[in-house]
Amino acid sequence: MTTDIHQYLAEFEDIPGTRVYTAARARMGYQLNQFAMSLMKPENRARWKADERAYLADWPLTDDQKQAVLDRDYNRLLDLGGNIYFLAKIFSTDGLSFVQAVSTMTGMSVEDYQAMMLAGGRSPEGVRSKKEQN
Amino acid sequence: MARITAGVGTSHVPAIGAAIDLGKTGEDYWKPVFAGYDWSKDWIASQKPDVVILVYNDHASAFDMKFIPTFAIGCGERFAPADEGWGPRPVPDVIGHPDLAWHIAQSLILDEFDMTIINEMTVDHGLTVPLSLMFGQPEAWPVKVIPLAVNVVTYPPPTGNRCWALGEAIRRAVESFPEDLNVQVWGTGGMSHQLQGPRAGLINAAWDNMFLDGLIGEGDALRHIPHIEYLRETGSEGIEMVMWLIMRGALGPLTHCLHRHYHVPASNTAVGHIVLEPVTGD
Repeated sequence: MTTDIHQYLAEFEDIPGTRVYTAARARMGYQLNQFAMSLMKPENRARWKADERAYLADWPLTDDQKQAVLDRDYNRLLDLGGNIYFLAKIFSTDGLSFVQAVSTMTGMSVEDYQAMMLAGGRSPEGVRSKKEQN
Repeated sequence: MARITAGVGTSHVPAIGAAIDLGKTGEDYWKPVFAGYDWSKDWIASQKPDVVILVYNDHASAFDMKFIPTFAIGCGERFAPADEGWGPRPVPDVIGHPDLAWHIAQSLILDEFDMTIINEMTVDHGLTVPLSLMFGQPEAWPVKVIPLAVNVVTYPPPTGNRCWALGEAIRRAVESFPEDLNVQVWGTGGMSHQLQGPRAGLINAAWDNMFLDGLIGEGDALRHIPHIEYLRETGSEGIEMVMWLIMRGALGPLTHCLHRHYHVPASNTAVGHIVLEPVTGD
């Protein structure tokens, strides 16, 4: 395994349709993820459900991050530093399962995504490397 | 003297916990998942381990982004189930083994592993789902549990090689504990899954089974798999499989496979399960 951190990180950019939760993303998304984490408390969930914008006003998120949260645009949230285990607090509060929420990032309908999983999941063929297109 | 008698590898999918808690295990979707644990439930009832060192990862429950320990060991008396957003799972508190845990922590630190020591925390599905799979729904867990939490969320997680070496050090630590204890080490999480991005839903059964093969016998090729390979081949969350290497390292040079199970899908993931025993020279 390489110990050159630059080479190590560069490899992650070569995986199609994947955002690895690197330090750069963790730094960008710190407040976003901590906001999501706050929804683990029932009293916070109640405040959030009552008025999402008012709840978000208490958090030092960027305007882009706030909009992506309101839009439940999970791919955008990943790009803005979100991590799926933290973002899960948002979709759990919405009453969505992992399958329901995760499928929204794939461009497939929930039903088609579920059918793909039942048929053995997404094949790694063709989605291992952008560079080598395999 | 304390001794490590077996290793268990298993997925810890949250939907499996929900299926158990909501009484859905008999549904067509879930039957083949749980069938693979029938043998293991009988086996572990006969084994009666005193302590399980349960290697798992926290999913933004006890740990948020404030602190990110690479390896953390629970030395407390008990650990309650975490509220992951829909209330805590209706499962018993986990009872720790502080004497053994502190002994392991001290031994590992002298063995040059920089452990984080935890006295108070809640434990999420990463720890409680494997217990449910192996023990069902008892009033109290029939074993003491030492939680060993690994960061596999924020990059870089520890290398497979480091995890394997930590397992070897855990074995040395356990074997130097004077009390006569039957100890198991479990590696949880995995197998293939990707929970994020347009590539979500990736499953690589061939790779997963290669990994299960590699846990058996005396080879140690798995410890040298780089992170990028887990990510490319088994999805972004497939990196959790490095935690199984702590279990494997703790079993010593040679293992024998007692039971093995693989199924796709449970929610977004493959389910893998293996029961191994160390083969000693005597």
